[in-house]
Amino acid sequence: MAWLDSLSPQTQFVFFTLLKIACVLGPLLTLVAYAVLAERKVSALIQDRVGPNRVNLPLIGSIPVLGPFLTKLGFWHPLVDGVKSFIKEDFTPAHVRKIYFWLAPAISLVPAFLVVAVIPFGSTLGAQKMVIADLNVGILYTFGIVSLGVYGIVLAGYAANSKFPFLGGIRASAQMISYEIAMGMSVIPVFLVVGDLNLGKIIEHQAQNGWNAFPVFGGGFGLQQWLLVPCGVVSFVIFFISALAETNRLPFDMAESESELVSGYHTEYSSMKFGMFFIGEYANMFAGAAMMTTLFLGGWTLPFLGLDQPADSILMGLVHIGIFMGKMLGFMFIFMWLRWMLPRFRYDQLMDLGWRRMIPLALANIILTAAVLALTNR
Amino acid sequence: MAFPDILFYICAFLTLLFGALVVANPFSRNPVTSAMFLVLTIISMSGLFLLLNAFFLATVQILVYAGAVMVLFLFVIMLLDLKEEQRRKINLFGIVTGTASVAGLGVLLWGTIWSQRSPANPDLKLIGDTKALGLELFTKGQFLLPFEIVSVLLLVAMVGVILLSKKELK
Repeated sequence: MAWLDSLSPQTQFVFFTLLKIACVLGPLLTLVAYAVLAERKVSALIQDRVGPNRVNLPLIGSIPVLGPFLTKLGFWHPLVDGVKSFIKEDFTPAHVRKIYFWLAPAISLVPAFLVVAVIPFGSTLGAQKMVIADLNVGILYTFGIVSLGVYGIVLAGYAANSKFPFLGGIRASAQMISYEIAMGMSVIPVFLVVGDLNLGKIIEHQAQNGWNAFPVFGGGFGLQQWLLVPCGVVSFVIFFISALAETNRLPFDMAESESELVSGYHTEYSSMKFGMFFIGEYANMFAGAAMMTTLFLGGWTLPFLGLDQPADSILMGLVHIGIFMGKMLGFMFIFMWLRWMLPRFRYDQLMDLGWRRMIPLALANIILTAAVLALTNR
Repeated sequence: MAFPDILFYICAFLTLLFGALVVANPFSRNPVTSAMFLVLTIISMSGLFLLLNAFFLATVQILVYAGAVMVLFLFVIMLLDLKEEQRRKINLFGIVTGTASVAGLGVLLWGTIWSQRSPANPDLKLIGDTKALGLELFTKGQFLLPFEIVSVLLLVAMVGVILLSKKELK
């Protein structure tokens, strides 16, 4: 590592940042591919089927026990799905608005990956903080980027220049604007309790005072912490529901809504352009799961075995990353579970829930949290 | 030239370029295209805020204007029938009056900034910090009253919209 030390601090910073970006994006894309497989396996489990179990690779498939096992697991399906997406005919219908038709898949993909930049996915590994950009306005940055995600869907609907995709795009814009408000308001109690916008600081606070979603275990069992329990639970639930709506997942997938709109905003897309919307949706789910883990479930910390202190060795650093991944994958499983268990909302019910239930509730929660904090006098 | 200076010129150039393309795009008269260029203008402007260390303002700029206001604009534009707008050409009158007003504003701004040149190196950290901004807006500083008045103004506008959009008043 002598050559690393010989570099100037700026060069080192650039080097480590690029390294972190590569180390986050690579696994994230792999996880996205396997999330699709997991989705199919979970749906199979819920519907009492076997799920994908056919793809067999020539060499590895002939290894005695392992080969058939991986095939049965559907381990190679993501690979085959990807290859299929690439070699399918990329058809551009004659009536579309070409520029937007090409731009929309890219625009829907980029924000999902940008969000990951501020998420602390571990404590430290060596001397490096396990976050790509340690912004002091971390949460606001994520909200800003997430709010740009709607353009991909809206423009896809507009570009298609036909009725069903257009309706999908219109629905998506109204839905995402509405739920963004509820989502933004649901984290204000977190700001109030923590007193900082930096995601790293939020995790630090949770390590000392218990998780925001349920702030009892951790440091103390004071009166204030018990009073904050309902506030934390309510904002967590609102945030979770809004995250479902923001990622256009069932029961809120009004923008796709197969039974009404063929497949909504991406009806006219084929091949890898459709694939990009698909990747974007799953990357968004991962971003949402990572945000919930960080804001409400203590990020990389666990409240026992001393796992809530920044790592002092490489092994502990890896364990912290593992804890973070575990929590995130847990959320992913719940997303999938909900998708296959719940029917879709009607559009007016969706708007009603957003504007007349969740936003007033979130507002009341802000006032309640502020009152608790003011009365118990921090 | 230092690295932030180069970034400033890039952001400023992009802001002006995209801003010009919003109102006078020679390639497309599509209102949706104009709206999208306005989004890009806002994003490059938030880059300028970032260079001033105003992280809070930069993110809020994107969150509120690019992420919410412009989506609503797009929503409305897409629901309108805009074939007429797309056929309309840029006319000479528009170009002349537009350029004249931009030039007039430019001269005014230039004069104001030139006469008000503040002492060099103000404390940028203090301007950009979220906490400093909050204290400035919510304590008995010079901005508490204007801030509250603007909030009330927004509330009045909101009540007004609800009143106007109700079809039957009882």
